[in-house]
Amino acid sequence: MPSSYKKILLLGSGALKIGEAGEFDYSGSQAIKALKEEGKHVIVVNPNIATYQTSKGLADTVYFVPVNPHFVKKVIEKEKPDAILLSFGGQTALNCGMALYEQGVIVDQLSKQKNKPRILGTPAEAIQKTEDREIFVKTLKKINLLCAKSKAVKTVSQALNAATHIGYPVIIRSAYSLGGQGSAFARHQKELEELAATALTNAPQILVEEDLTGWKEIEYEVMRDKANNCITVCNMENFDPMGVHTGESIVVAPSQTLTNKEYHELRAIAIQLIQHLGIIGECNIQYALKPTKNPEDPLEYRIIEVNARLSRSSALASKATGYPLAFVAAKLALGYTLPELKNAVTQTTSAFFEPALDYIVVKMPRWDLDKFKNVERSIGSQMKSVGEVMAIGRSFEEALQKASRMLGLDQSGLLASYHRLKKKYPDLKLINGSYSRDKKLIELIKNPNEHRLLAITEALKQGISPQQITNWSKIDQWFIEKIKNITDQMKILESKKALSPQLVQTAKWLGFSDKQIAILRNTKESLITRYRHTNAIHPTINHIDTLAAEYPSKTNYLYLTYPRIATQSHGAKTKRSSKKILLLGSGVYRIGSSVEFDWCGVTTAQLLRSMGYTVVVINNNPETVSTDYDMADTLYFDELDFETVKEIYRTEQPMGMIVSMGGQIPNNIALQCKKAGMRILGTSPQSIDRAEDRYKFSQLLHALDIDQPQWKELSTLSAALAFAEAVRYPVLIRPSYVLSGAAMNVAFNDLDLKEYLQEATFISPEHPIVMTKFIVGAREIEIDAVAHNGTVLADIISEHIENAGVHSGDATIVCPPQKIYIETLRKIKVITRKIAHALNICGPFNIQFLAKDNDIKVIECNLRASRSFPFVSKVTGVNLVELATHAIMNHTKNLTPPNINIFDIQHIGVKAPQFSFSRLKGADPVLSVEMASTGEVGAIGADIESAYLKSILSTGFNLPTKGVLISLGGELNKIKFLESALSLVSAGFKLYATHHTARYLEENGMEVKRLHKLHEMPQEPNIKTKMLKREIDLVISINDFDYKKSVKTGSFEVDDDYQLRRTAVDLNVPILTDVQTARLFVRAISQYTLNDLDIHSWDEYLKNIPHIS
Amino acid sequence: MHLTLKDGTKIQGIPFGAECDAAGEVVFNTGMVGYPEAFTDPSYTGQILVLTYPLIGNYGIPQESARTTMPSALFESDRIHISGLIVSEYCQEHSHPQARETLSAWLTNANIPALQGIDTRALTQKLREKGTMLGRIEHTPSSKPFYDPNLHNLAQEVSCKKIITYSPSLQSKGTILVVDCGVKNAIIRNILMRGYRVLRVPWDVPVTLEQMEDVQGVLISNGPGDPIKAGKTIAFVKSIIEKKKKIPLLGICLGNQILALATGAKTYKLPYGHRSQNQPVMELSSKRAFVTTQNHGFAVRDKTLAKGWSVWFKNLNDATVEGIRHNRYPWISVQFHPEATPGPVDTQWVFNEFLDHIK
Repeated sequence: MPSSYKKILLLGSGALKIGEAGEFDYSGSQAIKALKEEGKHVIVVNPNIATYQTSKGLADTVYFVPVNPHFVKKVIEKEKPDAILLSFGGQTALNCGMALYEQGVIVDQLSKQKNKPRILGTPAEAIQKTEDREIFVKTLKKINLLCAKSKAVKTVSQALNAATHIGYPVIIRSAYSLGGQGSAFARHQKELEELAATALTNAPQILVEEDLTGWKEIEYEVMRDKANNCITVCNMENFDPMGVHTGESIVVAPSQTLTNKEYHELRAIAIQLIQHLGIIGECNIQYALKPTKNPEDPLEYRIIEVNARLSRSSALASKATGYPLAFVAAKLALGYTLPELKNAVTQTTSAFFEPALDYIVVKMPRWDLDKFKNVERSIGSQMKSVGEVMAIGRSFEEALQKASRMLGLDQSGLLASYHRLKKKYPDLKLINGSYSRDKKLIELIKNPNEHRLLAITEALKQGISPQQITNWSKIDQWFIEKIKNITDQMKILESKKALSPQLVQTAKWLGFSDKQIAILRNTKESLITRYRHTNAIHPTINHIDTLAAEYPSKTNYLYLTYPRIATQSHGAKTKRSSKKILLLGSGVYRIGSSVEFDWCGVTTAQLLRSMGYTVVVINNNPETVSTDYDMADTLYFDELDFETVKEIYRTEQPMGMIVSMGGQIPNNIALQCKKAGMRILGTSPQSIDRAEDRYKFSQLLHALDIDQPQWKELSTLSAALAFAEAVRYPVLIRPSYVLSGAAMNVAFNDLDLKEYLQEATFISPEHPIVMTKFIVGAREIEIDAVAHNGTVLADIISEHIENAGVHSGDATIVCPPQKIYIETLRKIKVITRKIAHALNICGPFNIQFLAKDNDIKVIECNLRASRSFPFVSKVTGVNLVELATHAIMNHTKNLTPPNINIFDIQHIGVKAPQFSFSRLKGADPVLSVEMASTGEVGAIGADIESAYLKSILSTGFNLPTKGVLISLGGELNKIKFLESALSLVSAGFKLYATHHTARYLEENGMEVKRLHKLHEMPQEPNIKTKMLKREIDLVISINDFDYKKSVKTGSFEVDDDYQLRRTAVDLNVPILTDVQTARLFVRAISQYTLNDLDIHSWDEYLKNIPHIS
Repeated sequence: MHLTLKDGTKIQGIPFGAECDAAGEVVFNTGMVGYPEAFTDPSYTGQILVLTYPLIGNYGIPQESARTTMPSALFESDRIHISGLIVSEYCQEHSHPQARETLSAWLTNANIPALQGIDTRALTQKLREKGTMLGRIEHTPSSKPFYDPNLHNLAQEVSCKKIITYSPSLQSKGTILVVDCGVKNAIIRNILMRGYRVLRVPWDVPVTLEQMEDVQGVLISNGPGDPIKAGKTIAFVKSIIEKKKKIPLLGICLGNQILALATGAKTYKLPYGHRSQNQPVMELSSKRAFVTTQNHGFAVRDKTLAKGWSVWFKNLNDATVEGIRHNRYPWISVQFHPEATPGPVDTQWVFNEFLDHIK
């Protein structure tokens, strides 16, 4: 029977960051649904304003405040919830919850203390057993289960002793880790010394462990209810063996190379352990496994860790099996037992069962390391990937090939192995058509890295044996043989052998796209598609039904697959509906596109469904809410490319398709789809093309007499150099159809220009490059808007704190704007109307402007929902996505423009970027035109200072209490920051600086402690020592904007700045690198202390807006 | 090469394994691992097995390191019992340090034909909707006739022909009579590892009274086919129930049905049976649920249970009887496979419960 708690607090995970991403929007949203189904009053704390879980209609009350003990405690004091859920918001929520438990703010269910919120689900005591390595190891020992030999240590010398005992190499981990942060390998004493020192600055205790590199890595997702009923929902095998973080691995479900004994003994161990720990709800257990040669020998396994919460793997398992793990976990937390619940997919069978898969699932991570200068590129026990895709197929080859294309890096997937490797590693040598075992190639196979799969593919193409590759990589030969099947098929397709229906069928079965076949046959994709259709080679549509067809399923969770032999049956029947809409999702999360587009898609789907439409969604990202089994009438978990969309369109026969809610991926295929006869709803693809194509767009602006930075289409290098000379550097170079500044860059001189040009042409050869004068020092303003047939219905303006030059995705954004001239506002609105009219926009769009004084220039326009749609919609209470959906669908009755007057809004929203630099070793944490943030938060306050403070605290920033290191590059920055420095002094902070800045501050009457630079170590007093001792707890390091110029020249000065920034990140000292945000920050902390910050729910702010109430 | 079903459906496939024809009842199993164990399970006698998991053969076929008198830990009997195999994809390039031969070679040596390249999901949906069907794997134009295994006494066919005894490695606590209607090795192993001697007897139980003297428990094993065909086993169980009320009884799978029949209950054929490793069952007195391995086409009808008997376990998916027990005497019986292999081992405690009854 469920518990009687009425008011339940759920902690979210905050901003998306490396190691903690969209999966927690999925788990939180499912949990809220489960609680609401039971009539509970739900309060959510999550500053991630772009999430679905913080939307209207889900939780009863939402707080956009940091998920940390201070704020959650305040929310508890105010709301007085009966109970709290800690396991749906990742490690952030769990850590926060455990801190509150230790402070006695919340208690376990069985506690005798009254009037305190109870922890639902797994008790805190059990969580401690999984989180504290020492207790964990003891627990395992007690029940005779094996774990890696390890020792918890608190000092470097203890670490060295432990390693001597265990034997090198060793791995070091820190407790309460998140995405493997603070874990690394040490091969010898010297390495261990360094690593242990760094790790111990972030955690009081670290673990020195036996090295299991090369063992298989296997995971199980386990559920347990309060009656001790246990199931394992899914097991998964990592393609990459131990040594690579599971978030960095290609992961396959179910396991492929395990025998019955291995599979079921590990399963039994998982259940034994979970029952012993007393988990209630969901948890994940990771193993290392070394298959024994003799089948009768005992299993050689080690338990790596247990996560007593929903995790990335559980999201994957949920999507891979169709089992709604988070939903069921929430019900179990409420006190239900598994047999009391129904299987949500079949709706007839029990939730107490283990899904049987009749397909293969491949998850593949996406890295964006190219966006980070100086970043260390190897892949290991620390997570670096920013997103992932999940592909489903009936053959492993099909699933793997689909996944490699879904990453959105290169549509030709594994075919691009040669080009992509050659581009990245020009020194790879091809001798007589083969690498002759090129050392670099071998290294790429041996040492895990983002290009390993490509390197393996290339090696197989060159005839290197699977066995050899396994010897190098330790990847099970089973996987390598499968990749060889793909490369063998490439060769067959490349050969002159005539195309035959059987050849195409086989290629499709092995997962080749029409485009890939076309590349191999040196022909056009459309011709291959036509040949395929003429020969009636179509995909089969299969259900993911959780029971391998044993029982009929009620929900439509589908994927496409090609059989090996052509059949008459084409699988699932589609629902017939005259009001069917195909909605394209946003695909893989990457820097520049993440949960905000999922929010747009889900919001659209929900609105359309509530109006009686049948909504068909295509998406392939397991971290999303849009891929939940109940978010659409039909979900295709499949590719978002032209071929797949066309096949689905052909089968589903919708009334039309929406491409403007999923970010750039759907936008990119809009025109192609339209030309192929599909109906695109909303703004016409021709207009989309006119906005996306830089050349066409610049021409349009010119024709409309709208100002823009000087620009030119570029075809040759000499023309480019001439243009740059004419407009004077810096210049911005970019190809069309870009998102998040990919291949977009600023050149400060001829050298830069030449270099970037090469890079840009490689990335997008089909589109010309447009070069614009890069304007420095201007303010940046954005408008998010909705138009219907060319008439603007609503627009919301926001401004950036940082000046132009910082990518809009990395900017701190304020809504409504606080420092814009009325005239500027008026001009922006006029321009917006002009553009909407000219492009006949029907749906969502976003325009970015530069403003210097009252001089307004347009720099970009996207005819789709933008990254800031959820933020501005939630701050103003005007749901732009819903309005845009009505516009797209031509619901003339619902097109009344909302009556918003920004002067009526009594609060201010501030959106702040979340960076993950601490996980990206070596990456320079400085902002540039390349987007670097992995997520964002949005907070609301009565004024900009409090909103900003809440916002930045939400990104994990700690407020300084002692000393601030100031490093100001350039005269202008010094002047700009002077007032702020004085404020810091009067607020009682001790200032530290090195010579130039120190002299400047002293000249202006401030007392400054002069420090030696990092490279001057061991000269004291040194910056590093002060940071290590935490005497410096904030770094303000501001460079001249064109500091990059000097990077090229390799000046010592700049190198030192980079070192300073990097050291601050590595030592976990908060750092600010932009002069505008630094000024705002100083103003904010001078005005507010932590305790002054108000705790208001979203509704409490909104109710003050006249049009809402 | 085709799979032909009795309803006229002809499905093209690519052959592997032996190049011969086969006929039998076409059934599907949704388990994802454990093909060496499954194919050697005597309960599959007379059946062409369709596996819904699309990749089969991934880890090859293992081999015992040395011959012992103990029942194999790798296979469930000394030969393959399926008549034919239907999969989506046979994985030729297996990978496992324990693999000694390919699945195909193993099937070939046992003269078992197999087909791959078949849409096993579509086939399974057909079997689910229309019920299990007779079918043939056809290599040659003049193929075997259809064969219905359920018309035959299959227990007799697969049972051992003479009495075999197995001794536990440690001091024996007593003797369990295992009536072999097609017993899986894992059942014998489970008894042995709990310290009991096993007296494995043929299905018709040709034991003398003296031999029965030492017996402290009787286990009626799993096996293939319609339980009604195993008349002599039913008669034997009936005699135990009537004469030796103190002797603990454990029925497993077919044994469960035989026990039910011996007490006067009725059995019936399920439309497509339960063959998987993920069947949820509930122990009705404690409300505890377990995931079990199952492999049966027949079930006990709960309404027909004799007086004094109760349903012990129920299937959580379709509410069929998954076990029965006597309210007074130490007679218990399960429809699922507590010995697992392949499958989850969560219900091995059933063996403890059985042996705990021995005083």
